[in-house]
Formats: sequence, C-alpha cells, structure tokens
Amino acid sequence: MKKIRIGSGAGYAGDRIEPAVELMEKGNLDYIMFECLAERTIAIGQQDKMKDPSKGYNQLLEARMRKILPLAKKNGIKVITNMGAANPLSAADVTVAIAKELGVTGLKIAAVTGDDISKDIAKYYGNDVLELGCPLGEIKESVLSTNVYCGADGIIEALENNADIIITGRVSDPALAIGPLVHEFGWNVDDNPNQMGQAVLVGHLLECGGQVTGGYYADPGYKDVPNLEILGFPIVEIDETGKLLVTKVEGSGGMVTTDTCKEQMIYEIHNPEKYMTPDVIADFSHVTFTQAGKDVVRAEHAASHGRPETLKVSVGYKDCFIGEGEISYGGSNCMNRAKLAADIVEKRLKLIGVQMEEYRTDFIGYNSLYKNQISDKLAPDHFSEIRVRCSGRTKDRANAALIANEVEALYTNGPAGGAGATKKVSEVVSICSIFVPREIVDIKVSYQEV
Amino acid sequence: MKLKEIAHSRTGDKGDISNISLIPYDEKDYPMLKEKVTAQRVKEYFSEICRGEVVRYEIDSICAMNFVLDKTLGGGVTRSLAQDKHGKALCMALLEMEI
Repeated sequence: MKKIRIGSGAGYAGDRIEPAVELMEKGNLDYIMFECLAERTIAIGQQDKMKDPSKGYNQLLEARMRKILPLAKKNGIKVITNMGAANPLSAADVTVAIAKELGVTGLKIAAVTGDDISKDIAKYYGNDVLELGCPLGEIKESVLSTNVYCGADGIIEALENNADIIITGRVSDPALAIGPLVHEFGWNVDDNPNQMGQAVLVGHLLECGGQVTGGYYADPGYKDVPNLEILGFPIVEIDETGKLLVTKVEGSGGMVTTDTCKEQMIYEIHNPEKYMTPDVIADFSHVTFTQAGKDVVRAEHAASHGRPETLKVSVGYKDCFIGEGEISYGGSNCMNRAKLAADIVEKRLKLIGVQMEEYRTDFIGYNSLYKNQISDKLAPDHFSEIRVRCSGRTKDRANAALIANEVEALYTNGPAGGAGATKKVSEVVSICSIFVPREIVDIKVSYQEV
Repeated sequence: MKLKEIAHSRTGDKGDISNISLIPYDEKDYPMLKEKVTAQRVKEYFSEICRGEVVRYEIDSICAMNFVLDKTLGGGVTRSLAQDKHGKALCMALLEMEI
C-alpha cells in the first residue's frame, strides 16, 4: 500500500532550524512543510513590502533555504512553505539565487500567488468586519493589507507540475499537508470525506512543529519531557486509506504520546465538529489516539463535512499606538512601593492630560497574567520583588510616549529603590476579518528552474 | 483538590477568543470532570478576564474538553495591553481551580 511521510520543519516564523535539518537527513521524508505565517506576520510582511518592494517574505527564508535546498535535492524531499508571506514571487527569486550560489541544480521552484486581493477590495467595503461590527469601508483609510486564507489548490497544482520547492503566501496551515496528500492519493472532498478529515488532522498535528513532540508540554513533576534542547520535530506517516502515525526521529529529544497529541489536536480549534479550513470543514469529534509504540501514536476517525462557501480574509490595518513602561521594586514593603508608583503614574497622566483609549496597570509577579480574583488566591503574603507595568492605547505616538516617559520618571520622582526601568512605544497594526465568496480567489502558480 | 493534580491543559487563541483544553491524565476521571467543570463554572472562574460567553465542547473519543472563551484577550493579540497577549498562561489558571 502506498504510504508517504511528511515532516514539520517549523511551527512558527522564527522557529529553530536544526530539527528541520535532522528530519531531512534522518526522517526518510517525502515532504517537509514549514509553517511560518501567523495572522499578524502577514501584515508585518505587507509593511516590509511597502518599504521595499523586493521584501515582505519570511525574514529567515534565506537562512533556511541555505540549509534546506542541498538536502531537498540530495534526499528527494519536496518542500512546501508559506514563507512567501506578502511576497511569494520575491521569495522564489531569492530561493533561485541561493540554489545557483550553492550549485544546487535540477530543482523546480514554484511561487503560489492570488491570496492578495487588495486590487479588488473596494468591492467588499460593504462586508461586515467580524471583530469591529462595522462595514470594512469605515476603516478603508487605515487598511494596509488584505489576504485571503487560501486552501491547497495552488500547492496541488504546483505538485502536479512537478515542483520541488513550493512557496506560498497566505494559505491555511493544514493546506501545507493537504496539498501533498491530495496530490499523492487523489482524494477529494466529495468522495473521500474521512480521508480529507484525516488530511486536516495531519496538517493540524504538524503545523506547530515541536508542540506535538513534547514542546510546550513539559511541567516538571507533572509532565516530564526528555531532552527539550534537542527536541525532534514531528513526522506523520500516512497511507492511501488515511491511516496515520505520528512519530519523530529516533534519538531526538521530546516524546510523542497520546497526551501530547490530545493537547495539540485541541489547540486553537473551537468546535471540534466543525473545524473550518478553506479546503474542508473537518470533524475531529470522533478522533482516537492509540500509543502504537515508543514515540509512535496512531490517529484515527477524523472526518469532514464539505467545503465552506466563503473564505476568510485577514485585513491588516493601522490601528493605534501603545505606550508602556516598566520598573521594579524589591525588598520589604516592595508591593506598597509598587502600588504607590502605579498611583503616581496614573495621577500624572491625568495632570498632564494624556489622551488614552484604554489604560492598564499590572504588577508583574502578582496579577499581570490573571488579574486579581485568581491571583489573590495564589499570591504569597510577601513578595521579594514586584515589577510595575503601565500601558495605554492611544491614537497617536506623542501620547503613547508620555505614558512610557512617566514610568521612567519614577527613577527620580517616585518611590524608593525603583530599578530597571524600560519604556517602549509601538505602532500597532491589527488584524480583522471579512468573509468573501471563494470564487473570487484566482490562484496563480509561477515556476522557475535551476 | 486542584484540577492540576489530575488533568493537563493548553491554551490557544484566535482573535479575541481563547480556547482552553482540559485533559485528564487518567481517562477514568473524565465523567467526573464533565460533571464538575461546567461552562458556567469556568465563566464564573474567569469572570474578571472573560467578557463574553463560555462554550464547552466535549470530545468523548479522547476524553477531553475544549472551553472556548469569547472576548477574553483584551481585543486580541495585536491590540491587547496585556503582557500575555495570547492568553497562553490561562490554561495554568484553569488548573488551579478547586474541585
């Protein structure tokens, strides 16, 4: 029976490279996927591209491709990645240049575009913004980018045209795995609902890299994980019926257990019966995990219910500014000095008339993660140190800077022993969403050979 | 007893929505968790943080639950003023719940 092996080379834009190299050397892989595009990363990519039209792709693309290309060629592993971000064409050009420089030949490099609908966005100004409850047109002056979450169509087309390295822009994370599975096994949403469900599950288990092999899982004494410093990234082996095993390279750090798989399956899904992806609406509500050996878990019984009629568009827009400052207090009575510091800053901001839309004070070490109700139950009677953090959202940079400066001014104007003040002003690019009919997306794939 | 003694959890985020899993180490504890850790109880527990609804999804096939907390991340990862903009630490707060 035909089987393929897909590895996960990255779980986020800035992930480690060594586990990917290990997989490409020792994983006996057919494909490796690199998931490197979070919601906010695409907007950052668009900003980079505005400053320099040749940029806008993943910042580690060059470094990764230098390691990946020779191994892809040597071991016949196809590479699928969304490292193209806001500029897949430029990312492909850079990849071609690196292949030539390294003397790697005989590779076909594909760039998948079509997710960027900024030229047509005016047609959708009447569509409601999910997060803001107003039509998109109301924020049109602030919009920086509009990228549709695409499915696997472009990846499948590229594989059918024998591409070896496939670089996309905005695609769903599972699409990076669905592409090769549909290509290899000829599955489709009408005839193979169970297999397509398993395909989404493959993508979902692989998309966060080390999170299914014991990364982001360890809790000493409760959940012990061996050798996280050499954490191995996951491999899924899957056959044409959809049966799949999750595993990793022997000798690598981490572990694959039914519990690591359960945590990852539930991660960032809402309704397990209706996990929406552009390719298929997956149903994980009957999935089972079975430990089939050391670091080998079998996953079965994912299903799917057709394709969604609309696709989500990530809209990047200029939102606001955030000003923030931090300072620490230590020793006896430090909490009271920290509270005095916070009180001074709040009064100063009123006195000097800082314009803010929202303001927040945190006592880091006490309530910055859980606010007061939960923190009060967990807090000790005495703190050896407390860090005060004051932050506010403003319409302009000047007011944000005033918040940050007032915290720093505590050095000479605040309570005793203030230490380690830092300040920061950030321009905030936010992401909101609209939905558009899937038909409007016109995927294009372009190819270069080296 | 704290949930932490018998269960583990991970938090995910999408926009202003947090999802928190609850997975017993021993599947035998699942029916008891279903009875005790209701959506209403989780909503009350996080009432200072969660400004929206809490929906509980049960995944009986793996003996786990998924709590989806609307309007919980201060407007979402890009604009939240919180230090933990993704709400990544909320799972550890849930595990502090007494049952």
